[in-house]
Amino acid sequence: MAMKLENTAGAAPVFYEIEEHAHPEGSSTMLGFWIYLMSDCLIFAILFAVYGVLGANYAAGPAPKDLFDLNLVALNTAMLLFSSITYGFAMLAMEKGRTGAVQGWLFVTGLFGLAFLGIELYEFAHMIHEGATPQRSAFLSSFFTLVGTHGLHVTFGLVWLVTLMVQVARRGLIPANRRRLMCLSMFWHFLDVIWIGVFTFVYLMGMLR
Amino acid sequence: MSGHADTGHGAHGDHGTHDDHGASFKGYMTGFILSVILTAIPFWLVMTGVLENKNATAIAIVVFAAVQIVVHMVYFLHMNGKAEGGWTFTAMIFTIIIVVIVLSGSLWVMYHLHANMMPVPHDMNRMP
Repeated sequence: MAMKLENTAGAAPVFYEIEEHAHPEGSSTMLGFWIYLMSDCLIFAILFAVYGVLGANYAAGPAPKDLFDLNLVALNTAMLLFSSITYGFAMLAMEKGRTGAVQGWLFVTGLFGLAFLGIELYEFAHMIHEGATPQRSAFLSSFFTLVGTHGLHVTFGLVWLVTLMVQVARRGLIPANRRRLMCLSMFWHFLDVIWIGVFTFVYLMGMLR
Repeated sequence: MSGHADTGHGAHGDHGTHDDHGASFKGYMTGFILSVILTAIPFWLVMTGVLENKNATAIAIVVFAAVQIVVHMVYFLHMNGKAEGGWTFTAMIFTIIIVVIVLSGSLWVMYHLHANMMPVPHDMNRMP
């Protein structure tokens, strides 16, 4: 580290750091990714606000009570919650450096994620088949935008998960891959947090109306 | 997320290889079990209609959701005031303030707009 010695006669020598200290690669990734997640949170806040404003405008079309099946939503919620805990197990295996266990838990997480998406797409297909399309009413437009954006996030999370499984298979648990797995961990748990808002404000509140 | 306190320049060498980020099997299981309970109760409340009053049910499920979000933040996202020198926490508080303003502001303004801008039939008839 470069130092500069200022020698003033009679006084004790004073040292200054004149170069910025080194930042190892990736040392700020976690904070940066967190700030990305917070900005993503704002996107969802706006979509929730839109749903809150338009959610009761049925345009004489179907209301939440006619469309939602809470058993299906409960099953979906369980899938996402299970995928959260299995991703947690993958992170614990990563800390112990057990590559095989990491891959196994990531695979299980991916299956739960796929199950979630499958159930959501089945629900959407069922609604559209009944004529409850996004064009039908403001309620359905905002519903499909909010829930669809969350589903899209899960889809990209799955793409990322598969990418990281390939990375870990080829390079092992190197520091860069550990960092990426930690970012995806935050992303995945964040999506589960958003889903709490979705099932509470969209589905459960919808059935109460 | 890096759970160790960033104690200054001396700790930088640890980044990337240091894996202790506040995660443990016990922590994940505690979070999971709490989440299952906090999810099951609101679904049960709505599906069986135990509480006769709909407003009371609505308030209850919102409270359960708020508690569950905190549980996820603490046990799954390992949120605390010390990670990254407190900057993740600061960013989160800032985001929460913006989210509250966006949500309450939108609902408040649009509710009053809706209530005050209703077309009045007999006024419409008098229009030329």
